[in-house]
Amino acid sequence: MSVAGKAAAAAAIAPGVFLHTMGNAAPRAEAVTDDVRYGMLIDTSKCADGCSDCVSACDQENGMDLLIKPQGASDEDWARQKPRWIRTVKVQDNLTGKVTSLPMLCQHCEHPPCVDVCPTGASFRRADGLVLVDRHTCIGCRYCMMACPYKARSFIHENVQLQRTAVPRGKGCVESCTFCVHRLDHGGSTTACQDACTHDAIVFGDLKDPDSRISKALAEHSSTQLRADLKLNTGVRYRGI
Amino acid sequence: MMLGMLLLSTGGWAGQAQYGEAVEGSSKASELDACVAPTPFMRRNHFELILHQRDITVHQGIRKTDNSLAGCIDCHANKDAHGKFVPVTEENQFCAGCHEYTGVTLDCFSCHSSTPNKGGN
Repeated sequence: MSVAGKAAAAAAIAPGVFLHTMGNAAPRAEAVTDDVRYGMLIDTSKCADGCSDCVSACDQENGMDLLIKPQGASDEDWARQKPRWIRTVKVQDNLTGKVTSLPMLCQHCEHPPCVDVCPTGASFRRADGLVLVDRHTCIGCRYCMMACPYKARSFIHENVQLQRTAVPRGKGCVESCTFCVHRLDHGGSTTACQDACTHDAIVFGDLKDPDSRISKALAEHSSTQLRADLKLNTGVRYRGI
Repeated sequence: MMLGMLLLSTGGWAGQAQYGEAVEGSSKASELDACVAPTPFMRRNHFELILHQRDITVHQGIRKTDNSLAGCIDCHANKDAHGKFVPVTEENQFCAGCHEYTGVTLDCFSCHSSTPNKGGN
């Protein structure tokens, strides 16, 4: 049965009411297209100070929890160098003194500076809007890390002993948030950080689908792009900053 | 490619076992009659299939498992006496056994998991 057939069989329980199918769906058999653009809306007013559920969920989903500190590295070095696809930052408005804490991750830009500077084409933007690294062609030069205004990328400095099958990782390559691409390609529609957020601060979905939850939320409330002045048209938007 | 397969299958391989000792063990593959293509073809061309799948998976998101490295490992990894998967990179295991013998150095497993594990492909 085709993916569409399966979805139709599982989905329509009443007119206009659909069940989202997740997990166990057939792996994607057709190339992704630009009919979809994945994006994320983060409501910082819901984001609780001191909470890092999204960070630990990401670590577990993407195999960072399997990494061990390299021999001879100090705790400070390891804390600074271990891969982080999502991190919590605090920003302060110097005029008013208002402090906002928010999760920071790859912003999946429409015009990504990391892709502009990549000398081998390893850094690329997939048709559906995901900004990814093809680690088969990455030479580890780290130009992309210098170019990213969001400090969203990490470099793997040492050999890696354990990986999750869905998330390969090895010495000498750059990596960053993939919007849990392995989930999306297997019929999933959520990211690990979104699933882990008990405050409902993270909404993930298709920016091009006017009926998606994220599109409706963006249409209803004002939102900001970080460093909008750079005109990167980020896929991650924030509310409450 | 099809012609090559035909030649191989009607040539010196006729009448011989479809696979050798490399797949004997506790792997899923040892219970199956054939790989995703005839064994003589797979012996000579498996890397072409994986390379093609690699590019379409990374760039186009196509995740069919017929020619994926994750599919190879899922099917060909043996289990030890305790039911734990043995990495395919260990001595005499499916990948390392042949590659060591033929002097092939490959680095799939500096990034990819050498045992099947949770989390899809």
